[in-house]
Amino acid sequence: MKDHYDIAIIGTGPAGMAAATVASAHGADVLIVDEQPEVGGQIYRGITRQSIKDRTILGDDYYKGQNLAGAFAASNVDHVSGATVWQVSPEREIGISKDGAAHLLTADQVIIATGAQERPFPIPGWTLPGVMTAGSAQILLKSSGITFSNAVFVGTGPLLYLIAYQYLKAGVPIRAILDTTPKSNRLKALPHLPGALSHLGSIMKGWKWIKALKSSGTLFIEGIDDLKITGKNSTEAIEYLVQNKWHRIETSNVFLHQGVVPNVNLAMASGCVYHWNEQKLCWHASTDEWGSSNVPGISIAGDGGGIGGAIAAEYQGRITAYQALYTTNKIKKQERDINVLPTRHALAHEMRIRPFLDAMFRPAVQFRIPTDDATMVCRCEEVTAGKIRASVSLGCAGPNQLKSFTRCGMGPCQGRFCSLSVSELIAEARNISVNELEQLRLRPPVKPLMLAELANLSTFASEDT
Amino acid sequence: MSTSKQTADAIIVGGGLHGCATALYLAMRGINCAVLEKDYVGRHASGVNAGGVRRLGRALPELPLADTALSIWRNIEDLVDDDCGFESLGQIKVAENDAELSALKNRAKTVQDIGFSHEEIIDQKQLRELLPAVASHCIGGLYVNGDGHANPYRTVTAFKRKAISMGVRIFEQTPVNEIVRHGTNWLVKSPSVKIEAPIIVNCAGAWGGSIAAQLGDYAPVEAQALMLMITARMPRFVKPVVGSQGRALSFKQFDNGTVMMGGAYQGRAEPEQNNTHLSFNGLAKNACAATAMFPIMRHATIVRSWAGIEGVMPDNIPVIGAGSANGVYHAFGFSAHGFALGPLVGKIITDLIDGGDIELPIDAFRIRRFSQNKDT
Amino acid sequence: MHEIEMNPSPKVSIKFDGQTLQANEGETVAAALLRQTHLAFRTTAVTGTSRGPFCMMGICFDCLVEIDGVPNKQACMTYVENGMRVKRQLGAGDTGVFLSDEEDTQ
Repeated sequence: MKDHYDIAIIGTGPAGMAAATVASAHGADVLIVDEQPEVGGQIYRGITRQSIKDRTILGDDYYKGQNLAGAFAASNVDHVSGATVWQVSPEREIGISKDGAAHLLTADQVIIATGAQERPFPIPGWTLPGVMTAGSAQILLKSSGITFSNAVFVGTGPLLYLIAYQYLKAGVPIRAILDTTPKSNRLKALPHLPGALSHLGSIMKGWKWIKALKSSGTLFIEGIDDLKITGKNSTEAIEYLVQNKWHRIETSNVFLHQGVVPNVNLAMASGCVYHWNEQKLCWHASTDEWGSSNVPGISIAGDGGGIGGAIAAEYQGRITAYQALYTTNKIKKQERDINVLPTRHALAHEMRIRPFLDAMFRPAVQFRIPTDDATMVCRCEEVTAGKIRASVSLGCAGPNQLKSFTRCGMGPCQGRFCSLSVSELIAEARNISVNELEQLRLRPPVKPLMLAELANLSTFASEDT
Repeated sequence: MSTSKQTADAIIVGGGLHGCATALYLAMRGINCAVLEKDYVGRHASGVNAGGVRRLGRALPELPLADTALSIWRNIEDLVDDDCGFESLGQIKVAENDAELSALKNRAKTVQDIGFSHEEIIDQKQLRELLPAVASHCIGGLYVNGDGHANPYRTVTAFKRKAISMGVRIFEQTPVNEIVRHGTNWLVKSPSVKIEAPIIVNCAGAWGGSIAAQLGDYAPVEAQALMLMITARMPRFVKPVVGSQGRALSFKQFDNGTVMMGGAYQGRAEPEQNNTHLSFNGLAKNACAATAMFPIMRHATIVRSWAGIEGVMPDNIPVIGAGSANGVYHAFGFSAHGFALGPLVGKIITDLIDGGDIELPIDAFRIRRFSQNKDT
Repeated sequence: MHEIEMNPSPKVSIKFDGQTLQANEGETVAAALLRQTHLAFRTTAVTGTSRGPFCMMGICFDCLVEIDGVPNKQACMTYVENGMRVKRQLGAGDTGVFLSDEEDTQ
């Protein structure tokens, strides 16, 4: 690690790897940092190890990541793995922790490629041990070959069906799939279907997964109106409401999923402006066509700015890298434009399916804004929906005041698993749109930082001066 | 946007603790008042400060006020129907060597010489009894029994709620654009409301200097961003609020287990943008001080750091008292230690307005001290 | 638990609340514990209820455990090492370990 780089990239998912490969190929001095020991992000997690013997389990889309990872491995970048970035300041001072020591360095250009996280799924019992995200199921499968027999998969969205399908391919019995996709979504998605037809292959693939799951004899329930997970100290059962009737399935493992949303904390804490996207029901980075944010020198690529998927992320990574090369005088404007043009076309093509997917798998309101006041919204500080509604009636106007009222969002996850629910809940209670609310103010360190690490930084600083 | 026009007996500019406390005391005397707050109540220093309620180490002119303020804090629930999270578990300034301890002894004597007996020197054994987790090399300290801390945002919100229940109008998201004379009244213009009243109180904190200028007074208040950081919940291991004679450190653990650390380490304030920036080199020094004093803290995790925008005066003591024009009063520039004084200052300003006797010495805080210095 | 066939990797042994268990090199503490069907890793500091891993990608902080005497470690972000001592984290943790004099070395 040096004190200064031309370009620093946060995240080694598809966007980060693509950006780093392009940037270093044009002579930039590049740093790329990621929390994981290996590249790939979550989507291509474990891609350089390929531990699973049977390649048909994870499917071809996953192994596409090999090309990207291969090109990245051949490029000349400083790759700092297993390190946490806890701040990017508006002056592009980057705070990094690795092996128990903290460091500060700077870069002329910073590309934030922090990817996506799963949308919160606040239903009764979602904090019980044994309840995990569907993404967790995939991470455990990809990196350790661990699966859970007789688990229940719950929710909506391509990733949910994909993971269930991967379980099926791996021969792991699934207890049930509880599909929460609102039936009315189909009608609403229909107008977006023509635009998505250029991705007929992807749509057919999704259909194939669902068809295979249904014909496998796995219990597949649609039209779920309400859910609760029960158990004393651990998950014992999931109950679901269909056509005004409650049913119960006993299980120790529930995997929840209702889409992915941008992982915004680092960029927001840097001062990057995000706005509420009502179609996608999450925050979207207010960036220009180059991924540049309102903060000079900081750009956002990939799902961390707005969900487009792994292929789109790769394209965005390249585009932001070319712009970063241009602004750091590594390439001329003409070179930038010539290089970027085909990628832009490919990106536009890739994004054409999104409006259809957003409409088709828009999560139901009752699974985003809990109706039951006892439901936990802030997992860290154990703040319930009822407590939040009570605070609003006491005059709490937004998520920042809510912190002071209830400590909601003040735990170690720093709002990652509550802020979307909180924003929608307060907006609903106040009968305004989320865009009219003040956003949660995020401050570094965006990941908890051990005091001893921070104290070490002081030793470095005083040695320097 | 249509602008409504209203009148009041008194207008308070600034919805921090001093503004809300002043509004509450005025309302209790039947003086009808309106508070104009450019953001929301408690948005800046009042809501995000470290919450110390102390006499320990106070500037000498503030000591009588701090002492009287404590009696309000002890009964704060009677005043605002909320205990404001006030805990009176003492405050200690720790000495790590003989030189520091003798400096503390001198301080204790100075305080005694002007008639206060609350600051007492403690030895190493007493120190370890009060602070079992303190580093073993610490040799003693200066202790004040009865000092403590409260929850800042909860406090300012309690004052706001109580004031509203007494009929105070609080206008949030209402920045003051202009203040002009209108007959014998002050007319305050904001985008959404115009209010006039014979009395105006400047409780605008870091923004108090520009409000003072519009009222014909001069005060060189500087906006500073004093950084604080807080840990994840920890087992409870320290009760008193802890400071250090030799290091810049303020350290306290709340009853929920989180530990807050500060020490006047500066970030960068942008008062016009309502924004502050942090300096991790400063926070790192703060971390060094905390881990040196409490080895337990090495494994603590910081989950958040922030800086409130504080109004700091060149002499580090506030402006409290009447302005030069009729009907003008000031209470701002508390230089990052005004939280404890807030409730009392509300009462002092009310006494001044209401023509009551001021028993406490407040001459040191007059706003004229800056224009007098400027003239000479 | 149903294990998918993986390319062989060296084994390490770790301790979880005193009990020895085998783990694969290159996997996280959370994965190693889940393989043994340990689902609950800690109790919360607020109400003392049980929690276990939720996101497995370092953002939910529900898998916090004590590792080699250091509390608040994310089990899903920490990779196993031979001889590692992992403990369930109960509430906000235990002060006892911190207050001993051997810790006080600065």
